[in-house]
Amino acid sequence: MADIYAYITHTAGVADDSALELVAAAKKIDANAAVTAIVIGSGADVDKVADAVAASYAKVLKFNLDALAYPNAEVVRKLLVNVLSADAIVLVSNDTFGMDLGPGLSIKLDSTFVADVVGIEGVDGTALKVIRQEYSGMVSTHVTADITNGAVINLRPGAFAPDESQSAGGSVEDRSGDAGDLTVKRTFLEVVEAEVGDVDITKSDVLVSVGRGIEDEENIEVAQELADAMGAVVSCSRPIVDAKWLEKSRQVGTSGQTVKPKVYLACGISGSFQHMGGIKGAPFIVAINKNVKAPIFQVADVGIEADILDFLPELTDAIKES
Amino acid sequence: MEILVCVKRVPDTAENEIEVNRDGSDIERDDLVYSVNEWDNYAVEEAILIRDKVGGSVTVITVGDDESEEVLRREMAMGADNGLLLCDDAFEGSDGKGVASLLKAAVDKGKYDLILTGAQADGGAAQVGGMLAAMLDYPYASLVNKIEVDGDTLKVGREIEGGNQEMNAIQLPCVLSIQTGINEPRYVGIRGIRKVASVEIPQQGAADLGVDAASVGADGARVKRLDYFVPEMGEGAEMLEGSTEEIVAKLIELLKAKGGLK
Ligand SMILES: Cc1cc2nc3c(=O)[nH]c(=O)nc-3n(C[C@H](O)[C@H](O)[C@H](O)COP(=O)(O)OP(=O)(O)OC[C@H]3O[C@@H](n4cnc5c(N)ncnc54)[C@H](O)[C@@H]3O)c2cc1C
Ligand SMILES: Nc1ncnc2c1ncn2[C@@H]1O[C@H](COP(=O)(O)O)[C@@H](O)[C@H]1O
Repeated sequence: MADIYAYITHTAGVADDSALELVAAAKKIDANAAVTAIVIGSGADVDKVADAVAASYAKVLKFNLDALAYPNAEVVRKLLVNVLSADAIVLVSNDTFGMDLGPGLSIKLDSTFVADVVGIEGVDGTALKVIRQEYSGMVSTHVTADITNGAVINLRPGAFAPDESQSAGGSVEDRSGDAGDLTVKRTFLEVVEAEVGDVDITKSDVLVSVGRGIEDEENIEVAQELADAMGAVVSCSRPIVDAKWLEKSRQVGTSGQTVKPKVYLACGISGSFQHMGGIKGAPFIVAINKNVKAPIFQVADVGIEADILDFLPELTDAIKES
Repeated sequence: MEILVCVKRVPDTAENEIEVNRDGSDIERDDLVYSVNEWDNYAVEEAILIRDKVGGSVTVITVGDDESEEVLRREMAMGADNGLLLCDDAFEGSDGKGVASLLKAAVDKGKYDLILTGAQADGGAAQVGGMLAAMLDYPYASLVNKIEVDGDTLKVGREIEGGNQEMNAIQLPCVLSIQTGINEPRYVGIRGIRKVASVEIPQQGAADLGVDAASVGADGARVKRLDYFVPEMGEGAEMLEGSTEEIVAKLIELLKAKGGLK
């Protein structure tokens, strides 16, 4: 079995949750794998992250250089090509950085790319068998990947339960000297923080959240009336923001806000993982959707098969009366 | 600026219930409504906006079957200047790398300053743009939600976690994958479609592109889909049944119990 590496994402000296998920996933590829973590960046934060992840990885390769102050995927890709063995199996979290890094890395390593994996069934000879989803999670697929020449595998955040009991007590190797030529044609400029809106959905205990099922801008009113009757706040999925029907600060999801309400009413929302990724703290989820097969019904506590344009006004009236 | 936009014809998930067929070999294809991949529509709009500002042309390209011509035509009705269909029986069953290598072959035969893809398509892979860039040895940025042209560099914003925006300077030629919300794609009416209805759209196969047919398609694929299935996921939601009145009453009771109603 080829060596397995995990790319560690970190911010402000703390490794992302995915650091533990990647090592758990690696054990599903090879139960006896001695997994190597790769920590890239600059300054004392990097040393801190490297030392911390050594608890769960057999080995940590650390690259601490000024040129790595912001981990632009173009730079990281070049570095990894310089230091990894040709048949390496590289695990990357499928976050916005991993999506930037993974596909191109597989080409440069001439290995196989496996996108957004949600489950790993194991390896049979040179075939890795995994589970993926298609059509925004409406169907799943079994996929085989030929890993003869190694692989870059992007793993969905949250899909692999971390095994916190495992302590590997690995060693940290400073490999900064091996980084090689890191000149690229893309340079990081700055991060522009998301705009703050007039309503803070992260502070509300009850959210009435609308998705593409609301069909028209005027219909948002229907959700607003329900929210008013409940003393709740209206939030939404991404397509509603893309259509400019509500402002970005109302968007729940990985590229929007992370909310922790007590009750979440998902109205005409299919339940994509990017949307659900923004809902934390295990709220009571009510899904109202006209398609019984919508993935949201897999994760909701209570489901109602209905047209929201009919159902929400009925609910509003009944609440006003009660 | 000469801009190439990669587009794909996909089942429209907003219009269809995607279901697994009887033996799990495919999704149920009867009566599916197809459209252009949502992300690609934003990419084409962005290309048109850039062209209208700095001049040049927009070419839309797809790897697909005869029917994929309709999405090229739709994007030409939007305002793209040229279409190019990469079509050959040998391309069927290509994995992401196969598709990217076909697009690369087409890029090598043209001259483009900027190549746009959607951030992801129906398979949720988000891979073709990054692969194409690496094959061409062009710089790449994914999930782009802002583009400013500045001579032979672009200033691009990438949408990262929390809706924050990572600004980068990137040299042309480059490949960018476009995130939804970057613009508001224009509406295409029947009249627009009619205008381009008789435009001849060139097709190229393996021989025209000079690619070895064995390196693409199902034979060349290192990643293969075995089946489709619907997973058993825990118990799922408790479905409220009955008349609307009964359901509403039950829900109000539950909301009160869970702190959703005072
Ligand atoms: C990098 C990246 C980041 C992303 N970040 C986010 C994010 O932060 N937040 C987010 O939400 N998405 C995000 N997305 C988009 C995500 O993948 C989905 O496309 C999106 O969540 C779908 O929104 P939706 O459920 O409203 O729409 P759809 O998936 O189109 O679902 C609409 C649902 O409404 C139902 N429906 C239709 N009409 C009615 C009706 N009249 N009554 C009842 N039900 C009806 C349909 O059955 C369907 O289930 C991201 C995508 C990418 C690639
Ligand atoms: N068959 C195809 N033909 C042309 N472009 C494609 C094709 N498949 C994917 N793409 C492009 O790659 C992007 C990402 O798709 P994917 O990597 O399949 O998720 C799409 O939005 C398209 O721009």
